[in-house]
Amino acid sequence: MILMQGKGVSAGVEKGTLYFYQRTDATVTKTAADIETEKQRLADAQKKSIEQLEVLAEKARAEAGDESAILFETHSMFVEDEDYVDNIMSVLEAEQCNIEYAVQEAGKQFSAMFANMDDAYMQARAADVLDVTRRILNNLMGIVAGGIDSEEPVILAADDLAPSETVQLDKSKILAFATQGGSGNSHTAILARTMGIPAICGLGDSLKAEYAGRVAYIDGEVGRLVIEPDELTEKTFQDKYAKQAEMRRLLQTMKGQEDVTLDGKHINVYCNIGSPDDVAAVKSNDGQGVGLFRSEFLYLASNDYPTEDEQFEAYKTVASAMEGKRVIIRTLDIGADKQVDYFQLEKEENPAMGVRAIRICLNRPEVFRTQLRALYRASAYGKVAIMFPMITSVWELKECRRACKSVMQELAEEGIPFNPDTEIGIMIETPASVFIADELAKLCDFFSVGTNDLTQYTLACDRQCNDLGKFFDPHHPAVLRALKMAADAAHRNGIWIGICGELGADLSLLPTFLAMDLDELSVSPSSVLPLRAELRKSIAKTCDLKLLEC
Amino acid sequence: MKQFTYTIKDPLGIHARPAGQLAKLAKSFPDTTATLTKGEKTVKLSQLMMLMGLAVKKDTEVTVAVEGAAEEEAYKALLEFFEQNL
Repeated sequence: MILMQGKGVSAGVEKGTLYFYQRTDATVTKTAADIETEKQRLADAQKKSIEQLEVLAEKARAEAGDESAILFETHSMFVEDEDYVDNIMSVLEAEQCNIEYAVQEAGKQFSAMFANMDDAYMQARAADVLDVTRRILNNLMGIVAGGIDSEEPVILAADDLAPSETVQLDKSKILAFATQGGSGNSHTAILARTMGIPAICGLGDSLKAEYAGRVAYIDGEVGRLVIEPDELTEKTFQDKYAKQAEMRRLLQTMKGQEDVTLDGKHINVYCNIGSPDDVAAVKSNDGQGVGLFRSEFLYLASNDYPTEDEQFEAYKTVASAMEGKRVIIRTLDIGADKQVDYFQLEKEENPAMGVRAIRICLNRPEVFRTQLRALYRASAYGKVAIMFPMITSVWELKECRRACKSVMQELAEEGIPFNPDTEIGIMIETPASVFIADELAKLCDFFSVGTNDLTQYTLACDRQCNDLGKFFDPHHPAVLRALKMAADAAHRNGIWIGICGELGADLSLLPTFLAMDLDELSVSPSSVLPLRAELRKSIAKTCDLKLLEC
Repeated sequence: MKQFTYTIKDPLGIHARPAGQLAKLAKSFPDTTATLTKGEKTVKLSQLMMLMGLAVKKDTEVTVAVEGAAEEEAYKALLEFFEQNL
């Protein structure tokens, strides 16, 4: 078994033949030349390069999205960059040489400038400068870049791959990328992730040219490339591959499909996320909104209260990334059990039932106000909804609404844009909220059930306790009845109800949820498509509430 | 001559995408030069590579200055761009 270890930069597993990318080598020799002729040649090459880059940008936009396209547009601007061109000209004047040599020298210098910066993103841009330089040189020397000479898709191996090289490749012939150099910030990594294919970089010398033509197994998650695997490695690979194939099949068939039953009942299938970074997963899994955006990451990430601006940026990022689809943001939901020293929370015997979540906000109006201001500001950039956790009384909700109204008034006076129709909802996660659901429903726009905590408080079972065994039944009729009570109260009062707890993704409960007429299920991104598949097979009319019986 | 100072809010700072857009925007104002100063260094916004080379990060304060025939327009447009994208 030959095992090569690199840095996994794009997840996925594939088995294929290793094909080494053939790059037509442009060796530049310095010769004497007439400056005026050379300047004209440069102008022609620049024009041609820009035209090519525009075509590449179009192609990239269609195949891999905006981000890749913008990179080519940036390259296009590099071609005419003042300093880059000035540099070429001064070498030309000084050396009285051919333009190829001058361009190559300028390329080296500018690429080195980026490579020497102590910012990983900028360092990776050194490769972009080299790419642009190579393009100009190819155009000067009349060279056309190479392709993939293979009938079957291959694992494309190279020392490194420049953006313009990857985009020109026939995608249908590429299973994965494996490079000796490169980084997680390199264009190859970004492209692979967008295409959803495995990629490993930094394999170094272990990736030998003599392996060309050999069958290899690539695992982009762990960064391993293997030739002639032993039994265990092969089995692990096959398992991962089967799982991946199933997910891909689902993706193919389910993406873009409506979340509707066979008899026409719609349910909104949203996603639960913990940070703006998760939005990519929401989109790639075709989530139709964010049913729970946990805001705690902002408070847990630092040593002091996050500022209004920091919060605003995070909420705005998600709101705009979701492009008009609903984003439900929950106000801070922490307690004495979390590590947030700067909150200076008193130590508690029972943090699950102590001063937590909305109680902290109502006790600390300044903290609450800051978060609400950030949320309302973000509401101008998308379809934001605000959700309050751990509500047990009508007065709490009234107090929250007063705080919202006050914040809206402030922002209006300051001339800061916000959406005055921002939906306000609450989490149903305590038995109290279920018993007074009718009254609560009159004061908000939606309910979202936190089934994990609702189960804990209803069954008097600590969700962190592993010894409870048979006493802890997530499908307990009591919990399901509580859910039905809340659903009925919601619908009697004309508001919608959804689930954001783990139970939402439990496919065995889908018939029960349909029978209860739930309006929304918010699950982890990877659960969206399996849920959709199940939903599309269901007939709501035939679903019953048998599980509520004891 | 008009100028404004601005503290970068975008976690990625002035990376390729906004730098490219800034350069394009700056070039669209006739007979007007726009510069960006970070600390001791000043570059023209149209100098894309140098602008990226400044490696302006989040929380950095920069000064943007415009001078020329279309400086009013340029000032407004650039300020808006920074506020919306950076």
